[in-house]
This record gives sequence, C-alpha cells and structure tokens, in this order.
Amino acid sequence: MSALPLLDLKDASSFPSRRTEAWKYSDLRKYLREAPPLSPSAPIPLTGGGPFEALGGEAMVFVNGRPIDAGARVVCGEQTVRLRLISKAEGTGHAVAARLSARAGSRLLLLETHEGAGGAYVAHNRLELDLAEEAEVTRIVLTDEPEDAISVTQTAVRLGRGARYRQTIVAAGAKLQRLETAVSHPGHGADVRLDGAYVLAGGRHADLTSVVDHLGRDGTTSQLTKGVVKDTARGVFQGKIIVERGADGTDARMGHHALILSERGEVDAKPELIIYADEVQCAHGNTVGNLDESALFYMQQRGLPPDEARALLTAAFLMEVVDRIEPEGAREVVREWLTARL
Amino acid sequence: MLKINNLHVSVGDKPILKGLTLDVPAGEVHAIMGPNGAGKSTLGYALSGRPGYEAAEGAVSWNGEDLLALDPAERAAKGVFLSFQYPIEIPGVPALTFVRTALNAQRRARGEEEVSAPNFLKLVRAAATRLKMDFDMLKRPLNVGFSGGEKKRMEILQMALLEPSLLILDETDSGLDIDALRIVADGVNALRSPERSMLVITHYQRLLDYIKPDRVHVLAAGRIVASGGPELAHQLEAEGYDKYLPAAA
Repeated sequence: MSALPLLDLKDASSFPSRRTEAWKYSDLRKYLREAPPLSPSAPIPLTGGGPFEALGGEAMVFVNGRPIDAGARVVCGEQTVRLRLISKAEGTGHAVAARLSARAGSRLLLLETHEGAGGAYVAHNRLELDLAEEAEVTRIVLTDEPEDAISVTQTAVRLGRGARYRQTIVAAGAKLQRLETAVSHPGHGADVRLDGAYVLAGGRHADLTSVVDHLGRDGTTSQLTKGVVKDTARGVFQGKIIVERGADGTDARMGHHALILSERGEVDAKPELIIYADEVQCAHGNTVGNLDESALFYMQQRGLPPDEARALLTAAFLMEVVDRIEPEGAREVVREWLTARL
Repeated sequence: MLKINNLHVSVGDKPILKGLTLDVPAGEVHAIMGPNGAGKSTLGYALSGRPGYEAAEGAVSWNGEDLLALDPAERAAKGVFLSFQYPIEIPGVPALTFVRTALNAQRRARGEEEVSAPNFLKLVRAAATRLKMDFDMLKRPLNVGFSGGEKKRMEILQMALLEPSLLILDETDSGLDIDALRIVADGVNALRSPERSMLVITHYQRLLDYIKPDRVHVLAAGRIVASGGPELAHQLEAEGYDKYLPAAA
C-alpha cells in the first residue's frame, strides 16, 4: 500500500516539505525546521468534558501527549468513547500514540476532539484503529485549535472482512493542520465512508488527506468532503483511492466541493483514483466555486441582509456532509458546532 | 406612490433603460408591455436593487423615500417585492425555513416583533390551502425540483406572507398552463388593495385578462412610448409592437 510517510517530532529530518509529493500543499518544513522542545505535563482541565460531553460514554484523554489513563483500548459490545486530545502548551511539542481495537461484531462510536489552549504548539497525533470482522466504528472528529498551532494527525485504519467504518472530520484549521487517514480495505463486504468538512477563516490552513487501499474484491468506499474558506485561509483536499489487482467488484465514489468566499482564499484539491482491477465502479467529482450570485440576490430581495443570506447559503452547502452523520445526537452537536463558526 | 423619473440603467456597457419616467399611484395596477429586449426585466431588477443594474441617472421614490439609496434587503423591508420570471433554486434551504427567515428579517428591519414558529405555520397553512399547494412541498429545499407552475405559486405564497406594498411581477405567466395561471392570478388579485401598487410586466396580453390593469404602458427601447387604459393591451395583441419600434429608435 502506498503508505503516507510517518512523522517523528523528535527527528527534524522526518519533517516533510512541499518537495514530498504527499505534502505538496502543506509545507511543514516551512514552519518547523527543528524538533520542538517537549511540552511539559499539564493537569487535565477540571471543568467540562469536551464538546461531546452530553453524549456520555467513556473518556479517553491525552493532555500534551500523555494519556491520563490508558493509551490503548479494546472495544467489545457497544461503546461510546470520547477521545479528547488536549494541548495546553506554548511553543513546545508533544506526540500522542493511541490505539483502539474493535472486536469482531462490536460497535464503537468514537467522538474525537482536538482541543487546543495556549499557542504556537506542535501536536502530532498517531492513531491506530483496528476493526475485526463485522465490527462497526463511527469516528467523528472536531478540531478547535489556536491559529498559530501546528497539528498533524495520522490515522491508520485496518478493517476486517465485513467491517464498517464511518468517519466525519470537521476541521477549523490552524497555522498548519493536517488530518490524514489511511485505510487498508479488505473488501468482502467491508464498507467505508470517509467524509469531511472544513470551515477556515483568517490565515488558517487545514489539510484533509486520505488513502484508501482496496485489497480484496467487493468492497465499497464513499467519500464526501465539503469546505468553505474565507480571508486568506487555505483548504487542502487530497483523496486517493487505490483498487489493487484482483479487487474486482469494488465500488468507490469520491466527491470534494469547496466554496472560496474571499479574493485571497485558496483551495487545493487532488482527487486520485488508481485502478489495477478490471471490474470496478469508480467515480470522482471535484468543484471549487463561489456562492451563487443570483441566489444571493434572490434571498436579499426577500429581505435577508447580505451576511444572513451568505451564512444561510454556506450552511446549506456544508450540511450535506452533516446530514450523513449517524447517530442523531452526534449529528446535532456537529451541526451546532459548524453553525457557530459560519 | 411609485415615482420613476428619467431612469437610465446600463447592463455592462450597454444602455438598456434610457430615460424611463412612470408614476404608479397607490392602489393601482399598471401593466408594462413591450417587445423582447425592451428593458422590461431590467426595470424589475433596477427597482429591486440587483447588483449590476444600478441607475446611472434618474430617480426612483417609493412613498417619498429614495429607493435607489437602499440595498435590496432594505428595499424589501420597505415593501418592494419582485416576483422573478425564473425563481431561483436554493439547495439545502427548506422553503418554510427560507420564508420564515425572510419574514422575520423584514420585521426586524422595521422594528416589529418576529413571528413565532407556531403562528408562522398557521399563516403558511392557510396561504398554501388558498393557492392549492401541497404543504409537504414546503418542507423541500426552495424551488429545487419544482415545476414551472409550482415555482410561480411559491412566489405568490411568499407574496401573501410577506405582504409587500409594491409588487413587481416579471412575466409571471410564463411557463403556466391555464389552470395554474388562474390560481396564480387569483392569488395576486387577492392582494389588491388601496395601499398596494402593482407593476405587471408581461410580453403577452393573456395575463391581463386575469389581472386587470388600471393603466397599460408600452416599453420600447428603454422608454415608455405609449400609455393608455386596458384597451391598449388588446390593441397591442392585435397589432404587435412593430409601430413602436421605429418611433423609439
């Protein structure tokens, strides 16, 4: 499989620059030339259980890279885990290594939040998710990090046959924020949905990169990412789906659609389908544009002030991604979170 | 009262309205008829404030207020409503949500209290029944997948709920079969009142059999070139616009 290069915060030679193909649009080395000093340990914030608190479940918390409890967990039956990756640091760096294994037939709702306080920190999160046969994992990610933070999350997902993996990443960006997902897809009834939404303002940068490798026959992947950039923000979408030789019967769909709401906003999109099998159904679509001027005028003609018309149209554009989230409780948290940022 | 005085509007570099002057007193319905390209739709856009249709010269006042100084939403709050020839589809925004947002935005702009959700639903149900519209359709994204007739009914429904005082109907009959035309015209006629002015823009006389105008004006080459009573519409239907073209050119 075409693995994405792994980062090691202690080794500056592992920091990719734009000369590394997979990091072409997110030049980490431009912002980070040397290994940052290690972040000190910090107490877990006593107030609040994160944005998903109301949905219950067990918390799995890391503060400045250190697990409060355990860094790994095995899931059986039906569980909700709130994975909170908290950064409270100033100009230092820390790395998280977390692993979740879902046993055969189990169901996990993984509510992941990247909560940042302080500033100019460097966070590197390395997540491993293993889904045994017929396991079902829904992962929802919300990021809320300072505008001067650097944050890289690299997630490796391995699926057993018949497993179902659903992911929705909602990114608000940072100085450089990258959320990578690499999925090893065995086919044989396994089903993957990789969705994303980004809303970026100021000078923020968010990069949603994914690689799905279809190794066996009869696997499905559906991907929908939508983004909105304002000011001088920059959104990056890189989606790669590989269908290996013999992975016949694969059905893979990828869509990325973005709105640029300012003169100096930027969106870079690189959708890729690499197909070595013969009998497959694959499609991708990519659009980048602005809000429809005639729709904006229509709404204003009926009395909506320009800002309200823009916000309503933008929300409607993004909600297509939110509407795909199950269960409803998580969907409503994400809807409110996004609406508050438009 | 609507007063348009010597209105000049260019679209891009092309002059479209070239000194249009027209008064529509309160309570009256005036029809604007004219050949294709005369500037009929431009007049609707200029009055409602569409970007790209700004007045280069002239004045427009509505009940004594300078309309040209206001943005489109401010004009809407003052009672200006343009019924679009081709109503726009708004994906992702349910029709009900849209109309309630618009109504409350207008009320806020006028310093009035917002309409509560239950009261709004009552108003919509009553209006939808009058216009023979399926209420479930209003839960769908505005105009998306609606037929031509459904879109026009949706415009009339918004009119009924927003209660504008200056109605501009741009080719409201286009795309309507005779039954739909009757329903739409009934909806418009129900809004006739001594406080409301209406400007009915149409190419054909047909609509005016259903919405009877007090006055008919001929718009050709960017100006009003003739005005008269309802009989003028019938004359145009019989004779066409040819005789106005050389005179205007």
